[in-house]
Amino acid sequence: MSRLRLIPIILLLWLVSTFAWRLIKPADPAVRSQLVERTLPPFTLAPIVAGKPGFTSTDLATGKPRLLNIFASWCLPCIGEAPVLEKLRQRGVEIDAIAVRDTPVAVQTFLNIHGDPYQRIGTDPQSAVQITLGSSGVPETFVVDGRGVIRHQYVGPLTEANIPGVIAQLEALK
Amino acid sequence: MTRAFVAIALFLAAPALADSNLPPAYWANRQLPDTRQEARAQALMEELRCLVCQGQSIADSDAELAGDMRDLVRRRIAAGERPAAIRAWLVDRYGSWVSYRPTAEPAAWPLWLLPLALLLAGAWLVRRRVKHGRRA
Repeated sequence: MSRLRLIPIILLLWLVSTFAWRLIKPADPAVRSQLVERTLPPFTLAPIVAGKPGFTSTDLATGKPRLLNIFASWCLPCIGEAPVLEKLRQRGVEIDAIAVRDTPVAVQTFLNIHGDPYQRIGTDPQSAVQITLGSSGVPETFVVDGRGVIRHQYVGPLTEANIPGVIAQLEALK
Repeated sequence: MTRAFVAIALFLAAPALADSNLPPAYWANRQLPDTRQEARAQALMEELRCLVCQGQSIADSDAELAGDMRDLVRRRIAAGERPAAIRAWLVDRYGSWVSYRPTAEPAAWPLWLLPLALLLAGAWLVRRRVKHGRRA
């Protein structure tokens, strides 16, 4: 009988330690794409600004690894990410972009103000391609190898600290 | 003076909205004309998790991505696709996380076994009570 009395205390301790564990180590809220290590799903993106062609999923298999950046002119973290992408471009990284839910004027203004590191920009007015890629927000960046296979996904903005890692990753995929 | 200035500044300040530049997708907030199709779409949307406000279904969420997902679901239902196929397509992209419907994978076993365990524990308690009652 006395041993049975311990059960509520044990349950309480278990409950408290569960709460303490999650308070100390919160769950990662990032939703990751299941398509990493898989070939890009087929999609077609129309151009959105003058002078920048749109592209299809097969256009990304160029034989050389590249970045696929998902951004939007209305996305504040994308402004912080812009100089990082520009530095990557200066170091020879090829970047294509998907502009989510955006207008030509807004994208052009964004590029004029924050720089334009992109080779191609496709428009995704209803997030359809974003959903097809298993992406859950802006900005996100996919590393795509020369055969059009997604090799890595960065959720959230790339920062200065990511630059050496991204360069090394692209070198390793060559 | 300062107070009046702050009040005016607050009144004139534009909210920093994280909204996109485009209106909601066509089927985001519009019902399908076929009521049976709409019912099927609604049932599915209530079991799909919003990727932005991660505690809500896409049927409940006001996030733009949720609106775009509702548009996607309604379009595919209208095109004759089965709800199970649409769910599988999304799970293939976002993992089983995106669906609220419990699956039979090992991570969900406690969910199925716990009610059974509680029922057995309850039966055991009742049996003990009945036995003691007779003795008293």
